[in-house]
Amino acid sequence: MEVLTVPVLYILLFFMILGSIVALEARDLLSTVIAIGAVGYGLSIIYLILNAPDIAIVQVVVEVLVLVILIRATVTRDDTTYGQPRDVFALASALVFAGLFLGFSYYVFQWMRPFGSPLMTVAKDYLAQGLEATGAANYVMAVLLDFRAYDTLGEATVIFTSIIGAYVILRSIGRKRRESAFRDDAHS
Amino acid sequence: MPKEMLPYLLTMVLLMIGVYGIVVKRNIIKIIVGVIITEYAVNCFLILQGYRDGGIAPIMTADMNTATFVDKSVDPVPQALILTAIVIGLGTVALMVALAIRLYEKYGTFDISEIRRLQG
Repeated sequence: MEVLTVPVLYILLFFMILGSIVALEARDLLSTVIAIGAVGYGLSIIYLILNAPDIAIVQVVVEVLVLVILIRATVTRDDTTYGQPRDVFALASALVFAGLFLGFSYYVFQWMRPFGSPLMTVAKDYLAQGLEATGAANYVMAVLLDFRAYDTLGEATVIFTSIIGAYVILRSIGRKRRESAFRDDAHS
Repeated sequence: MPKEMLPYLLTMVLLMIGVYGIVVKRNIIKIIVGVIITEYAVNCFLILQGYRDGGIAPIMTADMNTATFVDKSVDPVPQALILTAIVIGLGTVALMVALAIRLYEKYGTFDISEIRRLQG
């Protein structure tokens, strides 16, 4: 089983790269959404084989929600941008900077820890003391809800803000316009 | 360049595909998809940082003691932080899609080169 981890990882990463290209180049917006869904579920399997089951579950749930939101945005709306001339300057600069970035990262990776032997200076203390300090058998949850609980509080704030923002944007009539409509009714 | 660095390089390729989508595409939905791909690539890169060869998931069971668990478990810290990042990504995607729906209602198109009149 452990022998298979790295080949399966490569296959899934290539699958994700192909799925991303299909998602960005498809003509139909519904095909785009379905391709990005395939990429997300491939990522979920990657998390599963990298011994991160909590992340895999969260990724599946989030992927379902993202698909529902994106289909709500794209269904019954057609893409009018296809077939128009491309922006050649944007394409050329994107390709040039992607090449530069990949070359630079290839150069920099030699100073990083190799894949499969992580640097665990902080995590060693958490793993050694986590059970006595927090009483949680799942160490991801021990880090999330106990050692780094302020991060989780900030995350809840961000979620709350984004949901309020989406509600305000999607409200069909603004408050100001509704008040002025009432005022006009009172005058007439 | 050792062979162990190839997964990192593949996630960087995925990141660059997402940036390409953000920069080149003119459809707002494709730009949002580019942001999602970028986010997936960064999350995957950070989880790969914490992987250990022959490791086990960071969940303690009754039949193992703390000393062997410390030597075998994968790094739980990036997993906890990526859990936060995935959920925040969902919030930002919902906000971006809400903006895209409003723009479509106002202008009747997803093409960013036709959405020019920035007036209240």
